[in-house]
Amino acid sequence: MTDIVIIGAGPAGLTAAIYARRASKSVLVLEAMSYGGQIINTPHIENYPVAAHISGFDFATKVYEQAKALGAEIKFQKALEIRDNGDTKTVVTAKGEYEAKAVIIATGSKNRPLGVDGEKKLVGRGISYCATCDGAFFRGKAVAVVGGGNTALEDALYMADIAEKVYLIHRRDAFRGEEASAEKLQALDNVELVLNSQVTKLNADKRLQSIEVTDKQGNVRTLEVSGLFVAVGRIPENQPFAPLIELDGAGYAVAAENCRTKTKGIFVAGDNRVKDVRQLVTATADGAVAATEAVHYINS
Amino acid sequence: MAVKTLTEATFKEEVLQANQPVLVDFYADWCGPCRMLRPTLEELSEERTDVKFAAINIDDNPELADDFDISSIPCVILFKNGAEADRSVGLVPKEALEDFLG
Repeated sequence: MTDIVIIGAGPAGLTAAIYARRASKSVLVLEAMSYGGQIINTPHIENYPVAAHISGFDFATKVYEQAKALGAEIKFQKALEIRDNGDTKTVVTAKGEYEAKAVIIATGSKNRPLGVDGEKKLVGRGISYCATCDGAFFRGKAVAVVGGGNTALEDALYMADIAEKVYLIHRRDAFRGEEASAEKLQALDNVELVLNSQVTKLNADKRLQSIEVTDKQGNVRTLEVSGLFVAVGRIPENQPFAPLIELDGAGYAVAAENCRTKTKGIFVAGDNRVKDVRQLVTATADGAVAATEAVHYINS
Repeated sequence: MAVKTLTEATFKEEVLQANQPVLVDFYADWCGPCRMLRPTLEELSEERTDVKFAAINIDDNPELADDFDISSIPCVILFKNGAEADRSVGLVPKEALEDFLG
């Protein structure tokens, strides 16, 4: 039996592994994809204390190596289910079952798709969920960004520097994102706000050619764009564990600053937890708290 | 076998005229998910001797990226008999690439 099984090898999960190992607990980290989580998409991290500048890939690799050097075991298997046996928990993957005294769920979140027909087929052929990753492919072209939060506003600002024209499509008339970003966008000549509108159709041959947007009155407008950046939020990866943890309306795991869930011995850390600020530094902070709480739980 | 880096000059001979399936990884140095995917491709290249593994740096070879309508990387394209047979976009686990290769 392992002391602590951590689900997810992103910044929260790996930091939890570091703290748990330094408390002399045995640690198994289960990761469905690759270590690092979504931070690997970030080319430049410039807001993490001490590291004035580091790439997301290098950050992830350093944390991964730190956790491994401390003795954390890492298996690349997707956790499908947690079973609560009272004093112990069993984490189930397609390849095996792992018993633990405590479990930390640090699964993060994934991109929310737009939900328009043909979207999936056009990913990588015009549709993208990451402007900083794929923006360079649209130099001098017309693109659209859809969404109303900070990510959408930042994506639109980023693309305004690269693309010839940027349409920012939002289903409401006001943005949820920061006022300052919205004001900056409004001052740009090559940005057009398309408000009270939704993307209703994607037109493509081999790659995206244009999109149709429909406004609240039902008027349809076709925008000739070769790129569509989808920034309509994220989906926390909590669903497989829902019976044992409480989720809010958006699917985030309900847990206070102490990262405890409603099930004793199950903790949650990182972007999949209910919180106001989702940053690298808050994810690693959660990892430290969840591991410390798990260690206390095991020792008591 | 390792993953062989190609350019526009060698692409035709190494990929389109190859007499075995070729998996081409379109990548860039600044792309984190591409760097994360590469060790998996290196592993697969040792295990799957029936497939040739190649890589194209899209910053050095923008015309090739354009020819194949690539707008997101990593983008892995499987070529058979000189034409695209299938593609996989984004970072995926090793099992998914094994299925992709068939």
